[in-house]
Amino acid sequence: MNAASNNIIELIDVCKQFDDTIAVEHFNLTVQKGEFVTFLGPSGCGKTTTLRMIAGFDLPTSGKILLNGKDISNLPPNKRPVNTVFQRYALFPHLNVYENIAFGLRLKKTPVSIKNKKGETAVKNVHLSKEEIDEKVKHVLDIVDLAGFEKRSVSTLSGGQQQRVAIARAIVNEPEILLLDEPLGALDLKMRKEMQIELKEMHRKLGITFIYVTHDQEEALTMSDKVVVINDGEIQQIGTPTDIYNEPINTFVADFIGESNIFNGVMVDKLKVKFCGAAFDCLDDFETNQFVDVVVRPEDIKICSPEEGQLKGTVISTVFKGVHYEIAVQVGKYEIVIQSTSNAQTGAKIGMRIDPDGIHIMNKVYTVNSYDGVITKNNTVKFGDGEFACDVTSLYSGSHLDEEGYLITAEGEKIDLTGVEVNVEVDVHDITMSDDSEEGGAEGKIISMIYKGDHYRYIVRTEENEEDYILACEDLWNIGDSVSLIIPEDKIKLSFKVQGDKK
Amino acid sequence: MKIAKKICIVLFLAVVLAFIYVPILLLAVYSFTDATMVGGAISGFSFANYATLFEDSELRNMIIGTIILAFGSALLSTILGTLGAIGAFYCKKTPRHLINYANQIPVVNADVVTGFSVCVLLIVMFGVSKDTYIPLIIGHTVLCSPFVYLSVMPKLKQMDNNLYEAALDLGATPSQALFKVVIPQLLSGILSGFMLAVTLSLDDYFITTYTKPSTFNTISTYVVNATKGSQTEIKTALWALSTVIFIIVVVVVILMNVLSKRKAKEARDI
Amino acid sequence: MTKIRFNRKQLCIPYAAFLILFVIAPLLVIIYYAFTDGTGQFTFSNLTGFFSNTNTLGTLVYSFAIAIVTTLVCLVIAYPVSYILAKSKIKKKYVLLMLFIMPMWINFTLRITALKEILTAIEGNISMYPFLNTVIGMTYDFLPFMILPLYNSLSKLDNSLSEAAADLGANGFTVFMRVTLPLSVPGIISGVTMVLLPSMTNYVVLDMLYNSTYIMGSLIGSYFSAYDWNNGSMISLILLVIIFIVTLVTNRFSDDDSARRTAL
Repeated sequence: MNAASNNIIELIDVCKQFDDTIAVEHFNLTVQKGEFVTFLGPSGCGKTTTLRMIAGFDLPTSGKILLNGKDISNLPPNKRPVNTVFQRYALFPHLNVYENIAFGLRLKKTPVSIKNKKGETAVKNVHLSKEEIDEKVKHVLDIVDLAGFEKRSVSTLSGGQQQRVAIARAIVNEPEILLLDEPLGALDLKMRKEMQIELKEMHRKLGITFIYVTHDQEEALTMSDKVVVINDGEIQQIGTPTDIYNEPINTFVADFIGESNIFNGVMVDKLKVKFCGAAFDCLDDFETNQFVDVVVRPEDIKICSPEEGQLKGTVISTVFKGVHYEIAVQVGKYEIVIQSTSNAQTGAKIGMRIDPDGIHIMNKVYTVNSYDGVITKNNTVKFGDGEFACDVTSLYSGSHLDEEGYLITAEGEKIDLTGVEVNVEVDVHDITMSDDSEEGGAEGKIISMIYKGDHYRYIVRTEENEEDYILACEDLWNIGDSVSLIIPEDKIKLSFKVQGDKK
Repeated sequence: MKIAKKICIVLFLAVVLAFIYVPILLLAVYSFTDATMVGGAISGFSFANYATLFEDSELRNMIIGTIILAFGSALLSTILGTLGAIGAFYCKKTPRHLINYANQIPVVNADVVTGFSVCVLLIVMFGVSKDTYIPLIIGHTVLCSPFVYLSVMPKLKQMDNNLYEAALDLGATPSQALFKVVIPQLLSGILSGFMLAVTLSLDDYFITTYTKPSTFNTISTYVVNATKGSQTEIKTALWALSTVIFIIVVVVVILMNVLSKRKAKEARDI
Repeated sequence: MTKIRFNRKQLCIPYAAFLILFVIAPLLVIIYYAFTDGTGQFTFSNLTGFFSNTNTLGTLVYSFAIAIVTTLVCLVIAYPVSYILAKSKIKKKYVLLMLFIMPMWINFTLRITALKEILTAIEGNISMYPFLNTVIGMTYDFLPFMILPLYNSLSKLDNSLSEAAADLGANGFTVFMRVTLPLSVPGIISGVTMVLLPSMTNYVVLDMLYNSTYIMGSLIGSYFSAYDWNNGSMISLILLVIIFIVTLVTNRFSDDDSARRTAL
């Protein structure tokens, strides 16, 4: 009807809630006819739930699903021209291969005009004839390369063969969209690679839309026209496999797709970013002084002599991976992973260079400040060039302090916390600034302020070790103002350092 | 030492088996004689007991009535229990637990109490006439359906959850999906539930006693009444009945065994 | 959206209704009758009557005696049988098990008839040994119900557990006492519940073996014959309470046990 639109399915602000957990949030997506779209994300991210809403097994809590422009949000699954290949195939164990594939065809009724006794033509819905069913089943068995398997019981088939039957059973109904829910998850690696190629080939031949769900990023990148990266029920990024890999929109996507080094960085000049203690030219334009996340793919780091390197470090381990070596390098307090075809000796000092196009910069979404802290003998905590009152009893549930300031745990154990290293987290909204230098626990200068519509985002840097506090405030201050920082005792979140935790 | 241990084991099993089977087998032997009591004088072999069993109209009606009641209430129990299990399986936690608990009541309850309570509710409180057979059938269904429910439930848990959805996906309506896909998967559980229901109903004495019409008897109530009476002809005819039932049970057990073996073999061969 | 779709959950409605009408409601009616008299007046006399009458209290004690002795005898016979069957490596194990539980499917009144004939042949006048004969009869009736759960739980026991215990230096007896026996507790519990409660109430066995002493079931039977619904209901209620307590205790036991197993 709408000739201009080539969209086969549209999800408009779809949300899905199970009891009190939100599975899918504000999902907006358009899929074009004939596309191979992949939903990629870790398990439990909502990708399967979205697929099930398209199939009709789950109904969206809010939002709309349009098929060819018509709202199908509440249509039952048996009324949708969509078929599914299930994760564990869901073949009917009591039926043989032929009957499994013919299942949908036997239920189908097609309108046929028949002349009745009076000579009037009437439209009647009739089942497909035995011959038609036979022909269709034979045809799809050929497509999936299982001709001659008609009479076999499905329980006697191998995983790969069951998979083919499941695909045949779905495509025999000529759906407009084929949904595949991690269809290769149960196969071994070799079989999976083969089936990937076959599925892609099948997609080309059939010309129908495929929506594919997987948690395997390699599978997603190899097979799809369009990848939808999902996390926590929300779309992170939609794009072609190359876009997703080369231009990840945030650190989650960068981290999930391929391997990456992710650093905290700061823009020191136009098209210049500083991370790992060195400044690099880059291609992404961000405001000066803005804090950013920097993503560098391991293969984009080149090894050179220490003199030529932008970064210098010591090799701490190398692992041969078949095509390349994976080399871990310690640069100051950072650990960097490099993939290189040439090897390096453990313990060797090397230099590293990164070209501007190998540096991907993305907005940092600040919600909390985190610091390394130490508990003092007064049961306060030192971090960020300051000392703050805190509630040390929050480290042990059910504990309390005795008169001498020792911590008594719920079990009655007496603990001296002096000198214990902790992680400190403070929400950006919980820090306030004051003119009075005596009032707060730390002092610094405002080095950056960004107007965020309803409030300012300030960055306060201390003199001594250049520690930064990021905070949100409605009042107007000036860059360069000296301020003291106030954090209420109950807003300082303490946790023990986990052994081996590098961050 | 080892051999002595083995002999002890075999001897022990043999003694227990003898305890179980000697009474039944001895009764079977005596049922083919004209003796009036076990251990009594045998003057010759005779089929008189079997003739009585099949010719006496009272005995015949009693047996047919028992069988009709068993199969009828088992069928009713199977339908109710199976649908109940399917429904409860897909319910939310709380209703499912409630049904599970309620289902457990007749299972752990003494049959005497079950029978008496159904009798008090239907016959005493609501005045339903025993002659309508309604209390009897309801009583037997209360006894049997929980066991059907319990034998269908594990099959539901074993079933691939996606099968029902796969059927819908391929165009089946929910009821088509249920009958063409879900129920065939549960068939073995439904069948064993049905068999269990039949045997429970056949074996029942208490529920029958409290709910049956006065003129109707099942094997259990008939046997108990007969032992109180002094009709030796009836008494020895019951020996024949016991033997016939024993043979049927043996044949059914062997048949089931052979069938399941053949099925297992078929599965292996392919 | 407002159109009601067929839902799989709705299938439980008939069964739920059936359970409410014919399982829950009868129990409520029993409670009502237990605390009223013939005219429908509220009364405790049925309850006090039961506990102040030496005859009925004697019946309660006798029921427990029969039930406990029967259960112990069944356990003593069934445990070795199940243990031997579960541990034996013979091929036709299944056939052997079938032999032990097959009597389950033969009508119990007919089996008791057979037993009665044998006992008469041996003892002459069987009414001379009522307690002994009742215990024999109950054991004869319920033995398969003890063997089946015990066999199930013993055959599921992982052999490597006892091997591990032996490997750690335990001898055969210690392995049995410390590993096999504790792990078969769920089987023992379910066997005991299968035997204990029915042997308190199955008064037909007593009747058929000419034991004229009453057990709890016989009381219900006699009140039924006398159309005394109120006292009959009180006996039923007392039995229900006993059953409830036994179920509660055994559930706790099996829970404890599963907790112990996960801790292992």
